[in-house]
Amino acid sequence: MTDHPYPNTQPRKKGMFDFLLKAQATKPGETYGVPGQGDTLLLSLTSIAGIIFVWWLVTAMGWVKPLFLPSPGAVLRKFADVWTNGFTNTSLMEHAGVSAARVFGAFILACMVGIPLGLAMGMSPFVRGVFDPPLEFYRPIPPLAYLPLMIIWFGIGETSKVLLIFLSVLAPVALGARSGVKSAAIEQIHAAYSFGASRWQVMRHVILPSALPEILTAMRIGIGFGWTTLVAAEMVAATKGLGYMVLTASQFLQTSTVIMGIIVIAAIAYGFDLLMRFVERKVVPWKGRM
Amino acid sequence: MGLNIKKASVIYPSADGRPPVDALREIDLDIMGDDFVVALGASGCGKSTLLSLIAGFLSPSSGEILLDGARVQGPGADRAVVFQKHALLPWLNVLDNVAFGLKLQGVGQDARYQIARGFIKLLGLGEFERSRVYQLSGGMQQRVGIARALTCDPKVLLMDEPLGALDALTREKAQELILNIWSKTAKSVFFITHSVEEALFMGTKLIVMSPRPGRIAHRFDLPFSRQFLGGAPARQVKASREFIGLREEILKIIFSDEEATV
Repeated sequence: MTDHPYPNTQPRKKGMFDFLLKAQATKPGETYGVPGQGDTLLLSLTSIAGIIFVWWLVTAMGWVKPLFLPSPGAVLRKFADVWTNGFTNTSLMEHAGVSAARVFGAFILACMVGIPLGLAMGMSPFVRGVFDPPLEFYRPIPPLAYLPLMIIWFGIGETSKVLLIFLSVLAPVALGARSGVKSAAIEQIHAAYSFGASRWQVMRHVILPSALPEILTAMRIGIGFGWTTLVAAEMVAATKGLGYMVLTASQFLQTSTVIMGIIVIAAIAYGFDLLMRFVERKVVPWKGRM
Repeated sequence: MGLNIKKASVIYPSADGRPPVDALREIDLDIMGDDFVVALGASGCGKSTLLSLIAGFLSPSSGEILLDGARVQGPGADRAVVFQKHALLPWLNVLDNVAFGLKLQGVGQDARYQIARGFIKLLGLGEFERSRVYQLSGGMQQRVGIARALTCDPKVLLMDEPLGALDALTREKAQELILNIWSKTAKSVFFITHSVEEALFMGTKLIVMSPRPGRIAHRFDLPFSRQFLGGAPARQVKASREFIGLREEILKIIFSDEEATV
């Protein structure tokens, strides 16, 4: 073996984690080495089923008291109960409707303000200079921290609730639109100018469409923040809404209502996200293609 | 008349304590009639800076650029640019991309589609007018880029390494296509390339540029594109003794520039 050019190269034993060292060659139609490639639908469904199973198991075996974690069946029954009888004399649809109106109302307002503001910040050093400090200052503060201020300034009515959600959506939408301005390739901009475009036309026909994918992504992130802030917004002086329902139920230790409310909020938010993804595919099918 | 560059210099101001950079020094160049002017040179010789000057993206530090006697103040449709890549608009189909310049000038939809269709046909893209540009091959995307610059009816067509991103075979076909279209439209063209063979084959006038300071080191008048348009096969033109001799002469010039800087 001494004349072997690589004397220390011994075939290694196969281990469990070999897949981390070297990937298998791909099947035709796939690209070798693309990170995270593969379909996940089946795994996701299995994961959901697994979580529900474990949930069912620990409750059915009596390992966790219903006060802390009611069984899936109990939550489902609670859903049916609230659906038919309502919660605090308000139907579930109305709770959901009120919350959705607050979140979507604030979301639409935030988009109407945030997208033009972000675009202007991207286009103009003046606007960026003026609005960057306040935006960056309040952005990392949790809405719960400035909720008291909102109430002191704007009272306990709808204004402070919608404004709180509005603020939580505004920052991500504005920042997304601002960075979207940078999406247009300089060649696209130069070409448009060389065809006689005015600055306004370049903005309208090149920069704005290029920014659309990032604006849509920012809107998806923004509405997520909106739902996150909903419960905080409905903490004070609310009589309706999903957040109010969850908070009130928790005060009476109605854990099944809490979990049911959480699932309803998640379902509405997820449904809207699916809608936004559909819109994305329709509006910007060219995203990431050029 | 035509485009006249008179003693144009571009000096980038000093930064980080480094001396100012002479990107271009006293360039004199006329592009008129059906001139096909090709700029050739090593990286950093100022070819793209010269194109930016003509396009009006950059104003000269001294000297002037005149188009039909009027000073060039900024970009405009009389000097439409074809870029190497990334310049098409992926949210528009081929037809709307080609009609884009006319739309910017306020031409109504029917009129601009009619003009655009003419150029789409001229570039052999007839069956693709409804296609999304990102679904096209690189060569077809470049044809869209050329068609949409031509619809602007520029006085000088500016081409910044338009074929640089294409594979060798597509590139040769695209060269022939551009020459054929140039002979039909009789436009002035300013064309940048890294390829000596491409420069020789395409141009009627060749400027070989040298770096530090960027300047025109040599000028040649070329017969080869006329030979091709007169009916000689492209490969035969490129394999002729005259062509090869000139090619080696120019390569020698460029390599000696490179060695001086390495």
